[in-house]
Amino acid sequence: MGPDRPQRILLPVRVSWIVTSFAAALLLNFVPWHPAALAPDFVALTLTFWCVRQPRLVGLGVAWLLGLLSDAGSGALLGQHALVYSLLAFAAITLSRRILWFSVWGQALHVAVLLLFAQGVAALVRLAAGADFPGWSLFAAPLLGAALWPVASLLLLAPQRRPIEVDETRPL
Amino acid sequence: MEHSPPPFFKRGPAPLVRLAFFASLSLALLVLDARFRYAEGLRQALALAAQPLQALAVLPGSVVDRIAGYFSSQVQLRDENAGLRRQLVDASQSVQRLQAALADAEQLRRLAGVAERYRNRGIPAEILYDARDPYARKVIIGRGTQHGVRAGSAVVDEIGVVGQVTRTHAGAAEVTLLTDKDQAIPVQVQRNGLRAVAYGGGLSGLLELRYMAANAEIEAGDRLVTSGLDGLYPPGLRVATVVRVERDAANSFARILCQPAAGVERGRFVLVLNAEAPQTPYPEEAGAQRERDPRGGKPRRAHRKAADGA
Repeated sequence: MGPDRPQRILLPVRVSWIVTSFAAALLLNFVPWHPAALAPDFVALTLTFWCVRQPRLVGLGVAWLLGLLSDAGSGALLGQHALVYSLLAFAAITLSRRILWFSVWGQALHVAVLLLFAQGVAALVRLAAGADFPGWSLFAAPLLGAALWPVASLLLLAPQRRPIEVDETRPL
Repeated sequence: MEHSPPPFFKRGPAPLVRLAFFASLSLALLVLDARFRYAEGLRQALALAAQPLQALAVLPGSVVDRIAGYFSSQVQLRDENAGLRRQLVDASQSVQRLQAALADAEQLRRLAGVAERYRNRGIPAEILYDARDPYARKVIIGRGTQHGVRAGSAVVDEIGVVGQVTRTHAGAAEVTLLTDKDQAIPVQVQRNGLRAVAYGGGLSGLLELRYMAANAEIEAGDRLVTSGLDGLYPPGLRVATVVRVERDAANSFARILCQPAAGVERGRFVLVLNAEAPQTPYPEEAGAQRERDPRGGKPRRAHRKAADGA
């Protein structure tokens, strides 16, 4: 949405589409990826996307509930993902105006910082609860997640794109 | 008369207030879960909600496995079959020996007047996937409470102990591996019967015997088996082999590292062994039961009546 680039007018978002995308993200998170350490957090990515695009619809409450579901599903400490996702949603909403100003790869850089921050908070919580630090490879997954940002924004915005109708008879 | 301007844009409480609310709620849950384990009910309810999604997520992997299994080559199958047949002969010999030994042991136990342990069969289970939590060593198995799996049961493979069931759902259970940092198992040195507790070493994939005196009689190569003292793990299961003993004059404890015997971080099929004997009640509970006994209550009531009359 930069000043020099043309911008497409999007259709209003459907709530059912947001719910579907969150369900799909949870599903992708529960898939047992083979190098489990490298699997990006799809829920965090989707949440960041909707917090940036629709900060009035998706907020901290949604983030917190998604976090609780992730906690129960992954067997982590109850409240760990809830805390991380709330902080992530807050940061994404605060930065949403700024992020949308950049091109897709510029947005991905911002998202990388957000996801790294979220992973850092999760690590702090677990270290405080007495776990060992599992190594710096921990921060590979957020970077991979940020690299998926262009794909995510293409997929998640797809239903809102209006098909371009070329009307030859229109005077203007 | 004071009045505030009419709210044009109703947007609820300020974002920072909301953040503080949800963050403190999460922190409270964290403390409840990590320190007091009070949040299990909530966790069970949430896990039930996440269950259909999880079942759906595991589906593609199992379908791929099934297709790959269908197309696995015949040579491979024949080799595997021959190998398994050889193992079966070995195993049946040792089963016969074991049965004879068990009969002997039972007779001796009867002679000695020790209560007979009742044995039950294990529940075979398949490891579905590693739990998605880089900070812990846990796996999810495809058997749950509806198949009779109970929290606290030992989980073994064909060699030795793999871990312990720490959480159960309806159709799945979470097994904490021996190498998890918070996992401990009571063991015994097979050579001389020395008892110890083995703690998980976390990332190293090893076990550690803590609080063993620096002059404890233990050396590299010693085999460790479960001692069975906790009433959860059956005695005599292989656990680990000692790989290194460091005795330092500066410390009063030796540093003893052990390599787990079973395929703790690999392998696919495991057996869940539910605890053998019901636990004996704690002394206080037994005392409370005796007090509730009607015969025990009578004399006191009589005494009180006598006191009222006087």
